[in-house]
Amino acid sequence: MLARAAAKVFQTLVVLIIVSIASFSLLKLAPGDPVVIMLGTEYSQESYDELRAQLGLDRPVAVQYLRWLGDFVTGDWGNSYVAKTDIFSFVVQEALPVTLTLTACAILLAIAVGVPLGVISAVRKDSGWDVGIAALALTGTAFPSFFLGIVLIWFFAVKVGFFPVMGFVPPWEDFWSGMLHLVLPAATLSTFFIGMIVRVTRAAMVEVLAQPYITAAIARGEPRRRVIWVHGFRNILMPLVTVIGLQLGAILQGAVLTETVFSLPGLGQMLTGAVLGREYVLVQAGVMLTATLFILVNLAVDLSYPFLDPRLRAR
Amino acid sequence: MTDVLLSVEGLTVHRGARRILDDVSFSLGRGETLALVGESGAGKSTIAAALMGLLAGQARVEGTAAFDEAPDLLSLPEKAWNRLRGRRLAMIFQDAGAALNPCYTVGSQLTTVLRRQLSLGRAEARARAIALLESVGLNDAAARMSAYPHQLSGGMQQRVMVAIALACDPDLLFADEPTSALDVTIQAQIVRLILDQTKQKGASCIFVLHDLALASQSCDRIVVLYAGQVMEAGPSETVLRDPRHPYTRLLKSCVIEIGTSELDPPPGSVPGYDDLPAGCRFASRCPRALPRCRTDKPRLEEVAGRSLACWNPEEAA
Amino acid sequence: MMDAAPPAVVPTRRPRTRRSLFLRRPFFTLALIVALGFVLCAAFAPLIAPYNPTLQSIEAMMVPPGGEHVLGTDSYGQDILSRIIYGARYALVIAFFAILIGATGGLVLGTAAGLTTGKVEWVLMRLIDSILALPSLILAIAVIAILGQGVDKVVIAVGISMIGPFSRTVRADVLQVSSQLFVEAAGLMSISRLTVIRRHILPNIAFPLAVQITVRVSEAILVSSSLSFLGIGVTPPTPDWGLMIAEGRGFVSFAPWMSGMPGMALALLLIALAIVGDGIREEFDPKMRGGQ
Repeated sequence: MLARAAAKVFQTLVVLIIVSIASFSLLKLAPGDPVVIMLGTEYSQESYDELRAQLGLDRPVAVQYLRWLGDFVTGDWGNSYVAKTDIFSFVVQEALPVTLTLTACAILLAIAVGVPLGVISAVRKDSGWDVGIAALALTGTAFPSFFLGIVLIWFFAVKVGFFPVMGFVPPWEDFWSGMLHLVLPAATLSTFFIGMIVRVTRAAMVEVLAQPYITAAIARGEPRRRVIWVHGFRNILMPLVTVIGLQLGAILQGAVLTETVFSLPGLGQMLTGAVLGREYVLVQAGVMLTATLFILVNLAVDLSYPFLDPRLRAR
Repeated sequence: MTDVLLSVEGLTVHRGARRILDDVSFSLGRGETLALVGESGAGKSTIAAALMGLLAGQARVEGTAAFDEAPDLLSLPEKAWNRLRGRRLAMIFQDAGAALNPCYTVGSQLTTVLRRQLSLGRAEARARAIALLESVGLNDAAARMSAYPHQLSGGMQQRVMVAIALACDPDLLFADEPTSALDVTIQAQIVRLILDQTKQKGASCIFVLHDLALASQSCDRIVVLYAGQVMEAGPSETVLRDPRHPYTRLLKSCVIEIGTSELDPPPGSVPGYDDLPAGCRFASRCPRALPRCRTDKPRLEEVAGRSLACWNPEEAA
Repeated sequence: MMDAAPPAVVPTRRPRTRRSLFLRRPFFTLALIVALGFVLCAAFAPLIAPYNPTLQSIEAMMVPPGGEHVLGTDSYGQDILSRIIYGARYALVIAFFAILIGATGGLVLGTAAGLTTGKVEWVLMRLIDSILALPSLILAIAVIAILGQGVDKVVIAVGISMIGPFSRTVRADVLQVSSQLFVEAAGLMSISRLTVIRRHILPNIAFPLAVQITVRVSEAILVSSSLSFLGIGVTPPTPDWGLMIAEGRGFVSFAPWMSGMPGMALALLLIALAIVGDGIREEFDPKMRGGQ
């Protein structure tokens, strides 16, 4: 079990290095000379060479990469060309918490709604409920989230006037106002994921409910509810956790769109702004951060398997 | 049979359009052991499942089954079933490896039954569980409590199943081919264990069996099934020493000729449940079949100390 | 919405007497008709559209639906129905070429990963893992950052973002095919590697690849319209649905049709494609791969 975990961690490290090389190349491939961009239109050859040497751009590419990686890991991400603010504090301390809060709320909401619907579907397989829930799941998965966000704004904020339309209030500063601001974005972001969770839960639960240990639990006098939610649910945790890990990328990309719809100052807004403002360092930071998050969460999912299924533990 | 514990009358089960059990009747006394015998697909396991209330939602169950003071098990609501199951009715399954939840330890599955059915406290349930595991012959029982099912051998898993089934001293135990997933060497041990334990606790037991010799040795009564119908039923000695139904005789001769105790299907095969004859379901394979056998269904009648459903029974041997 | 659950065991070859696919799956048929309707709109846009999609008019700004402009007009006075019809053209053309790039890239990378062994395979697998670590939209954003905006750039960005998912499924198919006896036998008969790939492996993964392509059209449309919605995809005044939804976002309180009409068109097409994709997968994919 330890050997498997070690191999998995090594694989993850290699993937992280490949991603970092790709992110680094993004900067190299980006059009325009960063030195020129930083100096503006009027500059002398000396000041150009000086800044170039200062940025280390006269060194070999491999050295530049290693220097960049070292800086990245230690949190020295440089200053924004345009805004001249520290990128690390901007991205990690301001944008990332917003995105993570939104993502976490959406995942929790999706689990809270999707799992019960999936279980109902499985228990009442082939009934009207099952067909109806399957239709909802398909619509939820296929519906474009950014349009759904606009529909929700139109309905709840404009027609009903119930929810605040836009903006972000950190829940750690004002919990209730923060949550109220998060209701519509989280609902928007979770919709497609609810569909995914319903499908996975249903498929796994249908399989589990046909197992002899379910019949055996009923034969021991355990009530139906307990049989489903204790004996059944414990056995579908693995596919459920797996789908959360695998779909994290899709959730993060949904978050980018949702943030734009609801004007939340998260990674998504930062990324879009960076592309429009040609701030390649910011784009690169966003790419690195998303990929690292995805890779680490999936490593965690993989390492959690032995805890979810005792059969995968060492004998 | 003075003290009747279970009396099944006209048990009929439909799965879709198929009548997989047809008018099955038998009874069982307190402390008695009964064997349900027949080829695979004869409906033996369905009887056990129906009497445990496990067919809800999958099949239509008709008939009555009086159990102790309950006039009819088959018409009980779900809640009432859950008071009987695990406590007064218990079941041991074919493949213990699959019938134990892989995600919970042996101890937790065992103590859950004890705490739920007997309202024991945590420590009390644990002590009782360890004692149970010891009584079914698991060495190092305290340590086994924290083992997961996959960490045990097949024989040990079945011992755990027996412990769980007998945890609350049930009145009636169903053992659904409890040894078919085990090595031959262990099979006898498990059967002996189940018989010893039920005798010791004064429980009745219904064995679903493949093995005619085992049935005759270990069970007081026997019910011979063919394609969902009872062919012959009675005290196992009477029935097997002097079978009157051609099917029972065929089964017995197979055992003797082939020399194994396993039931090998006699010539021909069990008819599909989709196109069954209106009369006796064995008629198409019966060496003594009369024309009326195919059209009129023989009813179970008392003949020479057993129940027999046949228009043209064998003569006394 | 969907047919009753698929039979547990899907026979690989169905008897001829089975009812036609279209009768057995009414929702699939309906969805297919809707999707084909969009294709027709795209193909014959100039004939169907009542107005020039980029014709601006100061007199007819933000006209509500009904009357002369069936679906209303936007803040520039452009006819929304015409823009939606032309938008179908952009959506489908972008998706088509993006898929071409993604499927080709995935075919190369996936076949390579599927046929190699040992260290080379390990490295290729990590490479695929790395591509998959980036959600398609984020990867597309990164490519747009380098290339800039425009229809051609969106095609390339979306295409590159689809290489990862395609290579993973292609690899799985190649592994399955190459494990089958006849490829091993061909290997034993010392036929050259390239011949094995061309004669035995490619024909056998062509069909599953075609299924994947149909299933992933909706993904390509979603990512490309997302880019436009973020304002970094195609540039105005191109009639792109994502762009139209974004433009209408600010007017949602008093001109909801500006976002609503193109949004409904996009949602309708994506849902129809999802139903078609599900049907195709259930009918033709023996492994019944999950959502992804």
